[in-house]
Formats: sequence, C-alpha cells, structure tokens
Amino acid sequence: MAKSVKSGTRASAVGRAPAIERSTVAALCVAAWIIPGAGHFWQGRHQKGFVFLVALSLMFALGLLFEGRIFPFQPSEPLVALAAVADLGLGLPYAIAKFVGAGAGNVVAATYEYGNTFLIVAGLLNFLVIIDAFDIALGRK
Amino acid sequence: MTSHLLYLAVFSFLVSAVFAALLRDEPREQVRTGALMFGGFLAAAIVLGWLMYPLPF
Repeated sequence: MAKSVKSGTRASAVGRAPAIERSTVAALCVAAWIIPGAGHFWQGRHQKGFVFLVALSLMFALGLLFEGRIFPFQPSEPLVALAAVADLGLGLPYAIAKFVGAGAGNVVAATYEYGNTFLIVAGLLNFLVIIDAFDIALGRK
Repeated sequence: MTSHLLYLAVFSFLVSAVFAALLRDEPREQVRTGALMFGGFLAAAIVLGWLMYPLPF
C-alpha cells in the first residue's frame, strides 16, 4: 500500500487494524468533525458513535437552550477567540445554529454561564472524539 | 425554575458518558467507568461547594 500512513504500517506489523489511505483518514476526520460520532460509525464502532452523536448533540442543544453564546472570532480578545474555536468543534450543529441565528446569548439569564459551558465543552469533547477516530483509523487502538 | 444541581448532574452525566465511551471498549466497563466518573463529578462538586460555603464572596 503505497500511500499507507506510517503509524498504520507499524500497527499492521503488530497485528492491529490494517493501515488505510491517507485521504480516507482525512475524510474520516472531516466527517467526525461535521457529525459527532461519524468517524466511529464509519469504522464500524456503532455503539460508541451513537453515544457521541447523542451526548454531544444534546450538550450543544442544551447550551443553546440555556441561552449560551456562540462566541465570535475576536483576536483582540484571546479568551473569546479560544471559546470560538471550542464552539467550532461541532461542525454541523454549529453551522445550523449560525444559520438559524441561535446562540446570540443572553448575558442576564441565570443559565448563561451554564449554556456557555455546555457549548464549549461539547466542542472540545468532539475534538477528542475526532482524535480517537483518527487513532482507530491508524490502528493505534 | 433554575436548579443548579440539576444542571450540574446533566452536565456530569453527558461528559461521563462521552469519556466512558472514549476510554473503554467493553459496554460493561463503559457503564462502570461512566458511573464512577459521574459519582466523582457530583461528589467533588458537593464537597467543594460545601467547603466554599463560608467564604464571604
């Protein structure tokens, strides 16, 4: 396999999952970013994919319900920019929320900080899920 | 109604579920890890809240 991923080749040697094409791994990671759990579904780990899909989508939805804010990219405000990167962790839910104008945030709501926490943590957890799918694709897990 | 404990419990449950699925492969182990993590989240929050109760701010 000419285009095999280096680590995947090593993993094959120790009897784990076979190496897959680099372009497939990239597509898998993009799919996992767009839809939480898609990377695991793709690789036949349906139970894990289902948990990620339900839990992360629910966290994001609750974050919006709690009047949390989807932060804008403001390089002048580093913490806001970091929160924006975290929010971006869930591709499709983020795009839908932006499209329908949700996530404006209501700073005087009692649940505002809860909402922000749910939104940020959902995005960050999906980054971990993407890395997990990547590791599985390379045969490390 | 705003129940801080309910929000904490929901957050803990969802985060525990994701971490348990990430860290364990067997469903039985996932349930065990998730339950332990969930209990740890709740216990830590309640103990820390109790310790912070006397603080004036």
